[in-house]
Amino acid sequence: MVANSRTATVTLPTDEEILVTREFDAPRELVYRAWTTPELVERWWHANRGEVTLVEIDLRVGGGWRYVMVADGGMEVGFHGVYREVVPNERLVSTETYEGVPEGVSEEDATTLNTVTFAESDGRTTVTLLVQAPSRATRDAIVESGMEDGLQDALDLLESVAISLRSP
Amino acid sequence: MARTAATADAFSAVAEPRRRELLDALAGGERSVNELVHALGIAQPQVSKHLRVLREVEAVAVREDGRHRLYRLDGRALKPIHDWVQAYERTWSDRFGALDEVLEEMQREEEGAHGGE
Repeated sequence: MVANSRTATVTLPTDEEILVTREFDAPRELVYRAWTTPELVERWWHANRGEVTLVEIDLRVGGGWRYVMVADGGMEVGFHGVYREVVPNERLVSTETYEGVPEGVSEEDATTLNTVTFAESDGRTTVTLLVQAPSRATRDAIVESGMEDGLQDALDLLESVAISLRSP
Repeated sequence: MARTAATADAFSAVAEPRRRELLDALAGGERSVNELVHALGIAQPQVSKHLRVLREVEAVAVREDGRHRLYRLDGRALKPIHDWVQAYERTWSDRFGALDEVLEEMQREEEGAHGGE
């Protein structure tokens, strides 16, 4: 587990779920703070794929959150939701709605229930993120959006290779 | 990415928790049905039923060894699933990589603050 802790592990426990697990070399109070403080979220949520332009967090049951980022290609993506459970340093449950769904897709279909847990052992923290989608179709669409990211990476790489070829 | 019918079948086959337990058990190498019954702690007919589904999508292969039938994992059927989640996994790996840097800086700041006391 420790040897491989730098990679996020993604599994699909059921037809409607995605489970992401990752271990961090930091106590959970810090991980929780980095997860729930807007200025800190801005610094990591971009996943090296663009710039986070808005982070709003009203960290209480019934409070809302909204993240917006502009991807390197210029596309703006936004997500928002409402906190259902807030147990400091332990557990967060919130809804998450993707704001860029195609026309004809209901907000309900674009909304998942996300549970994040923070568990500390020997000064290291394991974060698990369980995404529960309303249907298998939504779950699959979420995973496939990651596919597009991968494609974008490949295109970026191709572009840099092309530019390098242009030099004499 | 559109998934083919065969891939979708593999997804369904693997979606069942007991079948994932079977695949986990087979990840350690070839196993007989009895060994799998022991590993999962469920009745033999159920193990056989799940093995049949996994064989149908070619996630599991079988061979005769004397009186035993030995089952093993066949990674080829599972590769589309692996590829499919891999890009999603990479997004989160990159995101968490950035979070690592934030956490390191926070820890340095805390140490600095304590050092100044």
